[in-house]
Formats: sequence, C-alpha cells, structure tokens
Amino acid sequence: MKLIYERSQDGRRASSLPRHDVPPAEVPEELRRAEPPRLPELAEPELLRHFTELSTRNFGIDTGFYPLGSCTMKYNPRVNERVVMLPGFRDLHPLQEEDATQGALELMWRLQEILIEVCGLHACSLQPAAGSQGELTGLMLMRAYFEDRREHERRKIVIPDTAHGTNPASVTMAGFELTPVQTDPRGNIDVDDLRAKVDATTAGLMITNPSTLGLFDENIEEITHVFHGAGALMYYDGANLNAVCGISRPGDMGFDIVHINLHKTFSQPHGGGGPGGGPIVVRERLEPFLPVPAVVRDGDHFRLDYDRPRSIGKVRGFQGPFGVFVRSYAFIRMWGPALRAMSEVAVLNANYLLARLKEAYDLPFDRLCMHEFVLSARNLKREHGVSALDVAKRLMDYGFHPPTIYFPLIVPEALMIEPTETEAKETLDAFADAMLAIAREAAESPELLKEAPHGRPVRRLDEVKAAKRAVVKYGFDEHPDLSAEATAPRQLEAQKGA
Amino acid sequence: MTFLSLTDADRDAMLAAIGVDSVAELFRDVPEGVRFGRELALEPALSEQELVAHLDELAARNVSSADEISFLGAGIYDHYVPAVVDAVLSRGEFLTAYTPYQPEMSQGVLQAIFEYQTAICELTGMHVSNASGYDGTTVAADACFVAKHATGRSKVVLAETLHPQVRQVVKTYAIGFGLEVVEVPHRDGVTDPDELREAATDAACVIFQQPNFFGCLEPAPDLAAAANDAEALAVAHVDPVSLGVLEAPGNYGCAMAIGEGQSAGNYQSYGGPHYGFLAARSEFIRRMPGRIVGETTDAAGERGYVLTLQTREQHIRREKATSNITTNQTLLALAGLVHLSWLGPQGLRELGETCMSLAAYAKERLADAGAEPLFPDRATFKEFAIRVGRPADEVVRSARSRGIHPGYPLRREYAGMDDALLVCVTEKRTRGELDRLAEVLAA
Repeated sequence: MKLIYERSQDGRRASSLPRHDVPPAEVPEELRRAEPPRLPELAEPELLRHFTELSTRNFGIDTGFYPLGSCTMKYNPRVNERVVMLPGFRDLHPLQEEDATQGALELMWRLQEILIEVCGLHACSLQPAAGSQGELTGLMLMRAYFEDRREHERRKIVIPDTAHGTNPASVTMAGFELTPVQTDPRGNIDVDDLRAKVDATTAGLMITNPSTLGLFDENIEEITHVFHGAGALMYYDGANLNAVCGISRPGDMGFDIVHINLHKTFSQPHGGGGPGGGPIVVRERLEPFLPVPAVVRDGDHFRLDYDRPRSIGKVRGFQGPFGVFVRSYAFIRMWGPALRAMSEVAVLNANYLLARLKEAYDLPFDRLCMHEFVLSARNLKREHGVSALDVAKRLMDYGFHPPTIYFPLIVPEALMIEPTETEAKETLDAFADAMLAIAREAAESPELLKEAPHGRPVRRLDEVKAAKRAVVKYGFDEHPDLSAEATAPRQLEAQKGA
Repeated sequence: MTFLSLTDADRDAMLAAIGVDSVAELFRDVPEGVRFGRELALEPALSEQELVAHLDELAARNVSSADEISFLGAGIYDHYVPAVVDAVLSRGEFLTAYTPYQPEMSQGVLQAIFEYQTAICELTGMHVSNASGYDGTTVAADACFVAKHATGRSKVVLAETLHPQVRQVVKTYAIGFGLEVVEVPHRDGVTDPDELREAATDAACVIFQQPNFFGCLEPAPDLAAAANDAEALAVAHVDPVSLGVLEAPGNYGCAMAIGEGQSAGNYQSYGGPHYGFLAARSEFIRRMPGRIVGETTDAAGERGYVLTLQTREQHIRREKATSNITTNQTLLALAGLVHLSWLGPQGLRELGETCMSLAAYAKERLADAGAEPLFPDRATFKEFAIRVGRPADEVVRSARSRGIHPGYPLRREYAGMDDALLVCVTEKRTRGELDRLAEVLAA
C-alpha cells in the first residue's frame, strides 16, 4: 500500500486552527525555517482511511491468539482505556501544585502499596519507563548501595545463559561487568558453576524466576544463600511475574530488588511496542537510593518527596508513565486478592498446551512448566529441513501470531509459547491442532512451511536487504525502488520476541 | 470481572490431559519454603462499574487544565489533540499488538513507524530517526552514549538552559556510562557561544535546547558552530511544535536532534507516557539506540517493512549493545505521526505562529500590568519568564484561587529567581484568557 507521503497532494490539509485576534509575532530571520518540512498533506477522511488501512495490516490481541513467549500478551480490558481518558488524569500537568494532584498521587501511592504486597518487599518507585529501564535502575541502586558501604570492589553481576538480552546490556550501561552462569540439565541454574563464580567482587545476581525456559528454579533457596552469604544482592527480573502472583513472592524467595513489567503482568496494552512501565520494588536497606521524587503519604495527604540525599537521582522525566499506572491500578482492582487465580490459570493454560504439543515437538526440559514453555523444532529441522522460523510463518496461515522463536539462546530452534490466562480452551485447542498439523505438514509437504505465510498482506521479507540498504525514511523524489533489485526472502534465524 | 473463559468442565479436562489432579500440583517445583502461605492483602475486587466510580472520584480530586486556565508548560504542554488521534489509537490492532517481531503480521505498525521516522527526519533535518525513546530526558542520555562511542571522549557539556530534568537524568546515567558532565551557565537567559566553545574542548558532545527552558531562542547556529569548532557533536533538544517556524537542527550543523514528543499528539497525562525522539546524521546510524524500521521487499518483490540493523541491539549484541531498550513508546509516537499528518506543513507553521503570537501578546500585556520580563532582550517562542514582584509561589496560590494557573515558579529550578514565573501560552489559550491573566497578576 502507499505511504502516507505518497497519498499527499500540495495544498491539502486536515487541520483547522483557531484564529486569534492578536498581532503576529515573527521569528528572527537568522533562526527562521527556510524550507518547510515535507509532512503529509491530506484531508481528514483520507488521513483516517490511511491509518485504518494500516491497522488492518496489523495483528493484536484484539485480533486473535498471540502466544509470544515472555511478553504476556493477555487481554487488555477496555475499561482501562476509558478511565485513563478522564480529564482529571488526561489533562493533568505534571508540575501542577500538590493540593491539586491528590487523586493522582493517591493512585500512585496505592499502586506502590499493591506492588509491595505482591512482591513481598518494602518500598517501591514507579518511575522507570519500561522493564529494561527498571533493570538499569535496579543496577544503579546496587551500585549506590555498595558505594555507600564502601565496597567498591563489587563490580560483577552474575547472569544465567537463559537471560533476556536486556540483562547483559543493562549491566554494561550501569558500568558493571558480566559473569555468565550455566543452566543445569533440569533447566535450573547450575549451582556448582554459580558457587565457583560468586566472591567478594560480586555485586549481585540478576534472574527471572520462573526462568525464560518457563521453569521455576528448584534451587532458589540455595542460590539466595550463596549470594546473601557472599554479601551480594539478588535482582529479580519481573518479566515472568505473571506465573507467581499470590503463589510465591520474590521477596520471600530472597530477592532484594524487583522490577515489574506493567505491560505484561498488569495489562498495560503493548501498543505495537510500548508504552510500558517498569516499577522497581526493593528491600528496606535499598530504599534510600530509590529515584526521586518518592510518592509518600502523610496522614490523609499525599506528596512528592525530593529530600532523599542518597537517591540515585531521576531516571525519567516527572513522576513516570502515569497513564500506565492508571491502567494497571484499574486492572489489579478488578482482580483483588484473586490475582492468584490469574496466575494459576496462566499456568494451567500453559501446561495444557504443553501436554498437547510435547509429542510432536522436542521438549528440552521435560518438567511441568509455569506460565510458558519452550519447545524445540530441532526434530523437524533434522528430519525434514524445516526450522522454527518456518513453523512460525506457517502458524500465520492458521490465523495465529507466532510464539517467540530462537529464544532462549540455549535451546536450538526454540519455540517459546505463553498462552496467558485469558484464552479459552477452544482457542488453545485450535492452536494445538494447528501446531500438530504443521508438524505433519513438515513431513508431508515441507515447501508449504518454507514458503509460508501465504495469506498475509506480504510474503516473507528480505531482512538482509533491509539491513544492507538501510532505507530508513521516505526519500520523496529520490526514493529508491528496492523491488528493482534482485531479491530472495533472506530472513535471519535470530530471536523474534521476548 | 470476566476476563477468564475456563469453565469447571474445561479445567477438569485440562488437568486430566496434563495428568495431574489439581491446579496446586502444577506448582510442585516451587519449594515449600518459598510458597506464599496466605491470601494477598489487597482490597476486594471491584466490578467494572464500581471501578469507574472509584477512579472518577480519584480523578475529580485533581485540578486539570480542563478545570482551570493553565499557563503551565516547562516541558509538558497543553496543546490541542485532534479527534483523529484518539480514533487511530483506539484501533485494537495497534493498541494490543507488541513490537513487530514478525513483519508479516505487523506491516501496519512497521509502516507507521517508517512514516514516523520520516516525519522526525523532515522536522529535524536529520537522516535517521529511531522508532522512539522513553521521553525527552532519556534520549539525551542516549545521545551522550552515542557521542561517547563515536568520539572516544567522555566529557559531555550541557547548557544550563537545557531542561533541568533532562540534565538530572543525564547525570544519573553518567555514572554507569563513565561520563563527566559539565554545565555552561546562561547569560541573560541564553548560552554564550564562546563559553560553550571553551567548555566543549575534548568533549564528546554539547547539548543545548531550542527554544530553551526559559522559552528564549538560543543563538542555535552559533552554538552548533561552537561545538563543531571543538570537534564535539552538537546535539539540539527541540520542541516538534516549533519546527514549522524554527530552522531544523540538521540545517545548522547539528549531528543529532532529540526532544520530548509530547507536544505532538499526546495529552499531558501527569507527565507520561509520552515519547522521546532521537534523530541523527547518517554516519551515526549503526550507533543508534533502539528500534529502527527499514524498507525492503518480499518474496514476490513487493515493498514491505522490517525491524532492521538489529545487530546494534540487546537481543543480538547483549552486553555490547548500543542500548538495553526493547519496549519503547510506539503508540505515543504513532499519536505524534497522526497529529503531524493532521497538521501538515501549513498547519505546523500556523500552529507555531499562533503560539508565538499569543505568547508575545501575553508578555506585552503582563508588562503593561507591571510584571517585568526576566530576559527583556530575548526573543521567545511559546514560553517566557517574567518577574511578578512578589514570591512566585504566593502568586500561584492567589491566581489559582481565581481559576488561573499562571505558570511555573522558576525558584524551584534556579537560584535567585524567587519572583519569576515561567508562563506558557499554547494555541488553546484565547486573547480573553491572556487579558484575564494580566488582570489577575496585576491585582
């Protein structure tokens, strides 16, 4: 379809602005814009049709099943979109006076209290903008904590080989060094490997639990013992919190710092890639280092507290992604203590799908799973030459969004499947039927998989050409015609999802 | 609350298929010692109707710009958001999708991001834009990271007229990045190019804001030239709404342009979620943080879009990545694209002119009423700093009791500005409201 710039005609416009009866003011000539930006020029009906057409070429949870592992693609209640548009929230300025923001501050304070209870910890900052910023903030806290204790030699962060790429990337950004640790044959962290790597230079551990394999680490108590015994801290990446709400709390497992992905467990819509929210929740001894401002309660009054001399500072503007807080708070209030049931059903749905699929696909770690599980298509690759990528593309023809593939990295041809609690059994069955049909097709007509998808707005796309040519904006009259350049749909067998 | 579909019969059938007797058994790998032995101490569940009533009550305890005539700005602005923005953002196909990992399922959002990147490049005069950053503060930290690696230098220079929160966030990140942060004080509301040139010696980059935090127009081309003289990268922090009337940073020697996108397409929302933008000249493309969408073709030779240059990113490069960012602010950036497309080049220019003219009128009226511009010699855009002759907090209190929020007390950010207010005027204010502001402040 056309780009919006290709629908544009000189002189058309959608906007009308109020006319004000004031004298015109002029920009000094040396600062004045010489050439106008080539923004689209369309009347409003065509503008809306363009974006509506784009939306029909996209797939969301509202469209269908989206088992993208580690992303927790659950239903996003529409009432959340209504309440976030209340003028008292939507049109509230972040620098409004405290007496005029009591409702917003109370909502934030209440959400903090809820997250503290869910995590079994002591204090919370809602400020980080997303999970990866929550990670970075958590690592900054570790750094500030050890510097405060004059333990400057603690430079190392231990991360398992199953970790999200954000974890090692955050370690570098926080100025720490990475110490990788292996996974044992049951899918737990290899505790012997771990022991050998933890010493007086270790600042902390950074893991998800359940892990990215969808497995609860059976040795978590021993791991905590190793780290706390060495004076190091434990960081919980909350990407997989949807499995354990009300069942096992990170604080009770021994973790000192937790980040929560509000867009995963607490249903902020993923928005095509954001916004998210990445609050961090910590044990008492880390509270002094949390970002400013803190949201605190004095009797019936709520306020922003900047008087935190040991704080790491600000990690984001203002008080954080407030609209995300409204939605997550609304979501949690509709569940109440039954959040436990949410996690139970997420785990039930995942285990049911696992039970239906484990005969047709390799299961690298044959255990009950938590909220997600990881299969391998290596049997199909070995026997029929089809890859996890091919399986993913073929799933599109059956009307499903593919799972996360090629992650975690320790599983070859990985298919990481997370159904979430909001799917019906019929949906799970239809997906399982499709996966089983695809496994049969792999044997009978592998070309069907290799050429998939067949029914999407585009066929497989050439990712190699995209990276090589790096056409990252419309070039107007000089825009290249990439279809004139010979192509094969070269796609990278690299992580897609998580 | 009916977000679950499983019936009792479904559960029984599923447990049987799994081969366990109960849901509890599914959690057998969770060691006894870390199981949570009680119910979560949360308030009882609310029905949808009760929830709306509860949130109505909380929202009603805030005073928004729907309740009082607001002249608050300082980084977040009360611009008009057209209805088409709400219409597009409510499409479930955009709202409830995730990052376009599978391009065949996600051409809609991929093309939208490509169009957004084009719009940002057009506004800023740059060659490449990422798919968005968290906000106008974190993109500044990102720019410093790019500059450090591009130049091999570790000093960054920030103009004191750069938004205080942007400076604070850069300082928070600087420790982990190994950056030394130097600030250049303002001279009568703007940055002196000679001082900046001196500070920029051996610096990776210089970040200044245009229009700056005080609303003043910086001598931006001279500042960029000063940075370039010292071989530091010039980075302009800009307001998208200004770029219909103000020159694009790419046209006066900047290496990167960054900013807070809120004023294009986003509500104030108590400070977020919004989006930050980061655009650069082409030589920095492989050092850019975040997602980037590129054009390509499919197996049939048809045009399509994919996430590209991913070898920069955390999921491939891990500890050597250009950033840890994954989830960004796509939906808010889409709002920006829709708003900018609604405005078009003509509308964007008119919007800038309107804000500027209204603000100039307000400044004059306030001066007539006895208030004194803090920086009388400086040209301004949609904000200006003004001395009100009394402690600004007091003036805010008394004006608010008359239904007007007159602006942000600068005392909270800068020493020696006890009686100064930063007044912001958008196209949503009317001449009558400006007259009323002058009347209230004169009282």
